[in-house]
Amino acid sequence: MIISRSRFPLWLAAACAVLFLLVLWSFSVGRFPVALGDVWRALWSAATGGQSGLAANVEAVVLQVRAPRVAGALAVGAALAAAGAAYQSLFKNPLVSPDILGVTAGCALGAGIAVLYALPTGAIQALAFVGGLAAVGLVVVIGTWIGGRDPLLTLVLTGVVVGSLFGAGIALVKYVADPYNQLPAITFWLLGSFAGALPGDLPATLIPLAVGLVPLVLLRWRVDALSLSQDEARSLGLPVAALRLVVIVCATLVTAAAVSLAGTIGWVGLVIPHAARLLVGAPFTRVLPLSLLLGAAFMLAVDTICRTAFATEVPPGVATAFVGTPVFIALLAISFRRSA
Amino acid sequence: MTLAARALDFGFRGRTVGRSVDLELPGARIVCLLGPNGSGKTTLLRTLLGLLPPLAGDVVLDDHPMEQWPARERAARLAYVPQAAESYFDFSVLEMVEMGRMAQRGLFSQPGRGDRESARGALQQLGIEALAERPINRVSGGERQLALIARALATQATHVLMDEPTANLDFGNQARVLDEIARLGGSGAAVLFSTHHPDHALRIADRAVLLRHGGVMAAGPTAQVVNSENLSALYGRTIEVAEVRSADGCLRRVCVPSDPPVG
Repeated sequence: MIISRSRFPLWLAAACAVLFLLVLWSFSVGRFPVALGDVWRALWSAATGGQSGLAANVEAVVLQVRAPRVAGALAVGAALAAAGAAYQSLFKNPLVSPDILGVTAGCALGAGIAVLYALPTGAIQALAFVGGLAAVGLVVVIGTWIGGRDPLLTLVLTGVVVGSLFGAGIALVKYVADPYNQLPAITFWLLGSFAGALPGDLPATLIPLAVGLVPLVLLRWRVDALSLSQDEARSLGLPVAALRLVVIVCATLVTAAAVSLAGTIGWVGLVIPHAARLLVGAPFTRVLPLSLLLGAAFMLAVDTICRTAFATEVPPGVATAFVGTPVFIALLAISFRRSA
Repeated sequence: MTLAARALDFGFRGRTVGRSVDLELPGARIVCLLGPNGSGKTTLLRTLLGLLPPLAGDVVLDDHPMEQWPARERAARLAYVPQAAESYFDFSVLEMVEMGRMAQRGLFSQPGRGDRESARGALQQLGIEALAERPINRVSGGERQLALIARALATQATHVLMDEPTANLDFGNQARVLDEIARLGGSGAAVLFSTHHPDHALRIADRAVLLRHGGVMAAGPTAQVVNSENLSALYGRTIEVAEVRSADGCLRRVCVPSDPPVG
């Protein structure tokens, strides 16, 4: 029998090492290749405030062009994976994720409306958050109202329906958007991309990300109890209703931060928590940290391949769908054959 | 060290399930809750656990009304053992038992070495420490039920309430779970369990409470209350309580339903 607990530090260390190598690789490859040693020198001098002695254009590529993009991919991957892991525990449902619950669509609609009215970055974030909360709120209310014998399927279908409702809202935003300035920007951003990431965008993403992640990290053991029946969790002395609300708000905030930066990137939030669970077992105390690392690594790898492997850049949101769809179908088959 | 219901009406807002129930669960006693389907056993248990507010009357834990207890202190005294269903996520047996420690720890705490030792101690007490690292969904139903009982022990609660702990178990596992409940009572815990088998009451319970249509039909020492007359009235068909001498010479009482009418 596998002893997942004892392997946890090992996987954590391995994920850190892979992440570190991926970051170096991602900095060095691209239309303007930079030697690994130069990448290291540029980053080191930027971190310590010293002189790198590199050509100005090399330093600019590393620090001005690639650093925001790498950081953005890391943040978004970690955010979506953490949100997915939290939603799965909370809803006792291995088939949900920010995109399947319609949360990403809700965030995208909120952010799209903000772009339409040319609102500042903070307002884009705020409206994305409101849209995401509205979506997950609708899913919970409708799902509870429908009830039914198979809550797993009900929740997934409700998420799909709510997602497509918000998708229609997004279509409306695109329809009324100015076709020369706003429409290309909105469309490109909705495809899911880090190409537009600028150094100035990062704090606006990282702050809500941190605000959402801290409670999840602090409450990580309690999230496990939320995946038990409500009576069991309450009999352990937990304020279940308040905890559920906190976890939903945090996971949605984290999703909104990711969507505001990079548009709708699907499937990361579904696939990564499952991969983490395969490696270290079910407890959220282990799944959350590993999901953060694996999500960041996966997103960075996908984005780096998308911008280097083809003659023109492929939006990473498209690429994650090619990975995510077969995984979701496999999960669907596993959970329904088991319950049948 | 007592859990008691006094003139308790229980149920949901707008739907009373049971009326004027008096019940007492003192320490080191095993009380069995018997009753046909729909008699309100589960709803009564949930009310006694403080999960449902009483509609009238009181549930009293250690001399204080239930609603005065802060949730965590209540959890440290009163534990719940649900029917062993499959878990949504495949925790290991040890991790499942460890969750019982949340009843003793602050909201932001993480499981520490002391919690792990308590959980292992609870597994040992139930004789299933060998299962510690096994996934909870891949042990037998009886073992899963024992793990949930171990989780209740890990909370260090003085009162343990079990909702049909022997349901869905095969014959051997039923006996195994009953043995452990009996030992639990012997070690000083107060145990209240519900069951569909009056035999289980005869085997291990000090007292029995017979619940019919949400009211207490009879309550008292098992030997007096679980008799042919009461059981026949409770389940709506003639049931005999027979005495059987087992191989070791002990006299055991068992319930036998009457033969179906011939013809």
